[in-house]
Amino acid sequence: MSRVTLTTLQVLVAVVLILCWQLASTTHIIGDPQNIAFFFSTPVDVAQQVWDWFASGSIWYNLWITLLESILSFLIGAIAAVILGFWFARKPKLGAVFDPYVKGANAMPRVVLAPIFTLWFGLGIWSKVALGFTLVFFIVFFNVVQGVREVDRTILSNGRMLGMSERQLLRHIYLPSALSWVFSSLHTSIGFAVVGAVVGEYLGSAAGLGYLIQQAEGMFDIAGVFAGMFVLAAFVIAIDYGVTLIERRLLVWRPQVHAES
Amino acid sequence: MPRDGTMLTVVGKGGGKDGEPGRQPGGQPGSAPKKRREAVRFEGVNIEFGTPGKTVFRAVEDADLTIAEGEFVAIVGPTGCGKSTLLNAAAGLLTPAAGRVSIFGAPLSGLNHDAGYLFQQEALMPWKTALENVAIGLQTAGTPRREARAEAREWLRRVGLHTFADRYPHMLSGGQRKRVAMAQVLIRDPQIILMDEPFGPLDAQTRLIMGDLLLRLWSEMKKAVLFVTHDLEEAISLADRVVIMSAGPAARIIGDFPITLARPRDISEIKLMPEFQTLHRDIWHMLKAEVLKAYPDLTMGGEQ
Ligand SMILES: Nc1ncnc2c1ncn2[C@@H]1O[C@H](COP(=O)(O)OP(=O)(O)O)[C@@H](O)[C@H]1O
Ligand SMILES: [Mg+2]
Repeated sequence: MSRVTLTTLQVLVAVVLILCWQLASTTHIIGDPQNIAFFFSTPVDVAQQVWDWFASGSIWYNLWITLLESILSFLIGAIAAVILGFWFARKPKLGAVFDPYVKGANAMPRVVLAPIFTLWFGLGIWSKVALGFTLVFFIVFFNVVQGVREVDRTILSNGRMLGMSERQLLRHIYLPSALSWVFSSLHTSIGFAVVGAVVGEYLGSAAGLGYLIQQAEGMFDIAGVFAGMFVLAAFVIAIDYGVTLIERRLLVWRPQVHAES
Repeated sequence: MPRDGTMLTVVGKGGGKDGEPGRQPGGQPGSAPKKRREAVRFEGVNIEFGTPGKTVFRAVEDADLTIAEGEFVAIVGPTGCGKSTLLNAAAGLLTPAAGRVSIFGAPLSGLNHDAGYLFQQEALMPWKTALENVAIGLQTAGTPRREARAEAREWLRRVGLHTFADRYPHMLSGGQRKRVAMAQVLIRDPQIILMDEPFGPLDAQTRLIMGDLLLRLWSEMKKAVLFVTHDLEEAISLADRVVIMSAGPAARIIGDFPITLARPRDISEIKLMPEFQTLHRDIWHMLKAEVLKAYPDLTMGGEQ
């Protein structure tokens, strides 16, 4: 499939869906349009709301806050996870002792932590960063542990025979191997950083996309809720695209196995 | 055949002179045969592995073998007999259950820092380019990065890959990867070179070219080489001595044949020489029995 055809078809899906939505919420084809518009709003109203946000510029601040929270929670979570993951994997006894605690902590539904974080870190960005951290940390952590444990034995022996010290093994073999696992889970972990930020904002904040959605919901402004969801979706797609670009950069040394045809 | 039978030439002690008159090693024009030190010596080496059932699996039994400085020894044996295991013991990656391995006369404990090891499996770091992979061996020894890279470029040129310096291993063919791996090992100028079926997965033409390259590089450096292969022709064309291992388990060294073909050798032509064919017939006679033993299920009613 050529690029042009693909893009055309992708746009076509959106056009058809929006058309159906518009018809359902303004005509009697499915049912009472008033009723449908109350629950689903109408494309025109939603577009109007999105337009207003961008025209007035008020959306940029909220987007920036969500982006900042996502990036901070990703960076802090990933760095902490790489360091602790290494420690864990290289010291199997330590790993064995803490293993049930790590698994238990990971099993915790994060939503219940949100009020605690608000209590500890206030309503500002840091309570959202903390929530995102708890999501990102475990994904990266398990990938690092796996990456370190599954280092290719031959490459490791080769490194030793080439005269590498423990530190050089760490730098030239363990770290790249672990990071390749981390990079290949980049989409998931950054996605979770965004989830943490938005859920945190939704549960209590003064800015961000989650805050916008929560505000609209509080006022039964269904067009606002839908507009918020659309902006959030576009935001996630943009971030995902950015991650793809970064990933291509970082993993040039990898054969392109899952390249889309 | 008794292990100390007439075929066994003990190399190292007497300078290995007896097998040599016909041979004039490439790099020593007319120099008096000076006493060659022994580079690697296995004495009564047993190697064992623990298995899930708590029993012990003995892969190699009572291996005695000496490789002199500057000598090229090929080890041939049926698949799974313990060739890689023996090399791992020489590299210090494995500790024998009994017996000992000495390197230049000193017993080996821990890694063998005098050895370079070309592994049977892929061992290049996939996240480093060909150049970085070759340079790393010098950098670990403290050579500054720029210098190491310049030297690595020179080695890539020597193995014919200077235009591929910036490629990652997955962008190279199997033969090219092996050449990079060879440069990676040789750049450190190891006194002992261990090679485990280095040309195993390559096609016939590439093997010839690689063998030629190896002999050329070796004749410049004259290091002790322990070269494992399952290909008898390859072993005879390259080596000074061919050592035969029996089929495992508890594989033993059962034959040791000096190869008196003149050097320098043209390995694509050498197979046509009558001398080569005589050697090949003699050695194959012994090896064949072992190869058949390695496949007991497939040899019922076979021809004798
Ligand atoms: N780590 C191991 N644990 C148990 N058995 C092993 C291990 N490595 C090798 N072996 C066994 O030792 C024997 C020799 O193996 P290897 O040296 O790899 O053979 P080859 O001559 O083909 O290189 C084989 O029977 C193999 O199954
Ligand atoms: Mg092997």
